[in-house]
Amino acid sequence: MLSILVVLVALIPLFFVAGYAFSIGWGKAVTLIWRPRVGELLRNTGLLVVGCVALTAVLGTGAAWLVERTTLPGRRLWNVLLVAPLAVPAFVNSFGWVSLTAKVEGYAGAVLIVSLSYYPLVYLPVAAILRGLDPALEETAASLGYGPLRTFARVVLPQLRPALLGGTLIVALHILAEFGALQMLRFPTFTTAIYDLYRSSFNGPAANMLAGVLLLSCMMLLTLELRLRGHHRYSRLGRGSARVIPRRRLGRTTAPCLLAVGALTALALGVPLGSLVYWLVTGSSTDFPLRDLVATTATSLGLGVAGAVLTMTLAFPIAWLCVRRRGRLTILLERSTYFGNAVPGIVVALALVTVAIRFAPAIYQTAVLLVFAYAIMFLPRAMVSIRAALDQAPPVLDDVSHALGSGPLETLRRVTLPLIAPGLGAGTALVFLAVVTELTATLLLAPIGTRTLATQFWSNSSSIAYGAAAPYAALMVILSAPVTLLLTRNRWRSMPV
Amino acid sequence: MEIDARMTAVTVRNLTKAFGPSKVLRGIDLAVPEESVTAILGPSGCGKTTLLRLVAGFDGPDSGEILLGERMVSGNGSFVAPQHRAVGYVPQEGALFPHLDVADNITFGLKGRERRSGHRVEELLELVGLDPLVRSRFPHQLSGGQQQRVALARALAPRPSLILLDEPFSSLDAGLREGTGRAVIEALKATRTTALLVTHDQSEALSLADQVAVMRDGTLAQVGTPHEVYRAPADLGVAEFVGVAVVVDAEVVDGSASSDLGPLFVLPGFDAGRARLLVRPEQIELVASPQAGVEARVLDVSYFGHDAAVRLQVLGSGRLVTARVLGTSVPMPHTVVRVSVTGPVAAYSPED
Repeated sequence: MLSILVVLVALIPLFFVAGYAFSIGWGKAVTLIWRPRVGELLRNTGLLVVGCVALTAVLGTGAAWLVERTTLPGRRLWNVLLVAPLAVPAFVNSFGWVSLTAKVEGYAGAVLIVSLSYYPLVYLPVAAILRGLDPALEETAASLGYGPLRTFARVVLPQLRPALLGGTLIVALHILAEFGALQMLRFPTFTTAIYDLYRSSFNGPAANMLAGVLLLSCMMLLTLELRLRGHHRYSRLGRGSARVIPRRRLGRTTAPCLLAVGALTALALGVPLGSLVYWLVTGSSTDFPLRDLVATTATSLGLGVAGAVLTMTLAFPIAWLCVRRRGRLTILLERSTYFGNAVPGIVVALALVTVAIRFAPAIYQTAVLLVFAYAIMFLPRAMVSIRAALDQAPPVLDDVSHALGSGPLETLRRVTLPLIAPGLGAGTALVFLAVVTELTATLLLAPIGTRTLATQFWSNSSSIAYGAAAPYAALMVILSAPVTLLLTRNRWRSMPV
Repeated sequence: MEIDARMTAVTVRNLTKAFGPSKVLRGIDLAVPEESVTAILGPSGCGKTTLLRLVAGFDGPDSGEILLGERMVSGNGSFVAPQHRAVGYVPQEGALFPHLDVADNITFGLKGRERRSGHRVEELLELVGLDPLVRSRFPHQLSGGQQQRVALARALAPRPSLILLDEPFSSLDAGLREGTGRAVIEALKATRTTALLVTHDQSEALSLADQVAVMRDGTLAQVGTPHEVYRAPADLGVAEFVGVAVVVDAEVVDGSASSDLGPLFVLPGFDAGRARLLVRPEQIELVASPQAGVEARVLDVSYFGHDAAVRLQVLGSGRLVTARVLGTSVPMPHTVVRVSVTGPVAAYSPED
């Protein structure tokens, strides 16, 4: 019952867009959508998605193969460094580039920089598959007369396909929702257009209809992703422990390969961090706003904790039902929360603004509304973490505990909680990270006077006060780093980001 | 039902259970004598694990009764929760608590001081044949067989009168299975604990249990000693499930039969008429004397070292039979040998 309520709340953005389109009528909706401006945005967004998907696929797969399957020196360090860009929000990454050179503005720059931010989303699942692949398959191919290149193309690549497609689809969803980076790179897409419309003129109908088109594109991608997920199998078949995978000797190609990975790290991590340091140093010659920094950090931490706790609390009963009481209704509930993945922050924000003004004016312009927006956006993330945590405590352990004389409460205390606590903690940390680095919904929903690290960074960098913006960005990166490191550990590799 | 001087540890009467439209248990009656090991043997999906879960109290039956000793735990509207049944449970693959070390796993079911002091850990480890040094290890540092033994020690620690074992050895390698099974039975005998063992492995059931209950489609097809179930199965279906069966058609007169394999003695219970006879491969012997037995051609031999399975075609009738012979006297393929059947055989009417 409670779970159904949570799901209904999570579906507010969907209801909102559908309801809005319905209320203004078919003809008006068509005239609003069927405009050259929308066509241009659609073209821009589409080109960006295609470019970034191609580039992240190449970067992610290449890096994963070098780290997991070759004798590349320093693989452990590279593994961490290659995932580390996730700790740098995409809008901070673009800031790093734009503040150094204006040449990155426009399509090519947007493709490069957004891909540099998101390629770890391909790297992580592909590396996980490469690590788990049964070496016997490749040995069999070799024994049938296949050379290394043909083996990669005909044996390895087909097995990577689900991970590759899944990863790039997540990248595509992120790009559709991306706002800060693209605004900064002056490359207009649906998200930036909706934001501008909303900010400049509070142009309700046009913004809402654009949101509708955006949501529709996201839903299509998500449906694709769900279909892929259906028949996708990570683990090896058969029993017995997997053998250690023989690595490919790089030999004379070691230096160029090192150079390639090094260059990728330098571009994805070195440039934004270096630029941050540069602005910190040159910016500190002006006054260093220590009090402001402390205050905004406190606000961000507070919102992060509140958002993480609310999200996890809302997600827990649904995840519990899905794991322990599997049935038609619970599967439907789970699928519904999953749609949150496809709803960009800007659509959530628009929906909540409108819904709050009409039905709950008391919470409009309060932190409550903002925290609810976070909960809607990050519910799927929390669900995945909690499900993974609950898998650590299979029901058979409850049976054993009961047979040994422990009642339900004692079993919860002595068996279930100790087993799922680490997973719940990791999930909370992931949602916390997402909230602290969230920009779009925070910009639209934060009550007047509430300043977070993200919004302060944004207002400074959009007024080209790069030195003043840098400390806020640096704090966000520092807060994100430990959680990102968590992703390089084996257990949490499959977590969505 | 045979009368036993011992008390009955578990009594199950007319137990039924359905999950949705599928009837998993269709009226089970079973008595488990105290301090015995009873194996429930059946193919996967026959309902044996469901029966175990009902006895443990993890699920309630649709109808019927379960008594532990004299105490009604299920039936007549009463239901005792599993934590109040004092029944030990060893699930598949042990299911040790992964966040606790071996000592804490073993003492999980103990109360108060006995748990905190942990002085019984070593005694219990010794009981299941483990080195006391493993007490501080975590489950993932143990082999499958060791995990299984710790799971048994954990179940035995609160001194339950009954232990339920759910396919405890199926996840172990063949080499480990025998030794672990023996160690488990010895620990059960040493503590005089009654056990109900669920398995789909015939040799496991026959070698470890005092009583075997053969389960088929939610009913018990036969309950008896391992010897009875193997040598005098209730029907040919049970016969084929508990071992390799050579079935021969024959005419029975006055307790003896004439068949393709020569004259055979028939176990009491079948008087006269057309019959199907159950011959076990180890009853078929190769004989040297040219007077005894019938002639057969050796088709092929599977040699196992300690013994061998010999597939033969009886000359004349052309019937195919399998004989199990000692590894010391294996015939060459394509030779002609003489075979005869030793010991009585069970007979069934052809309609069965």
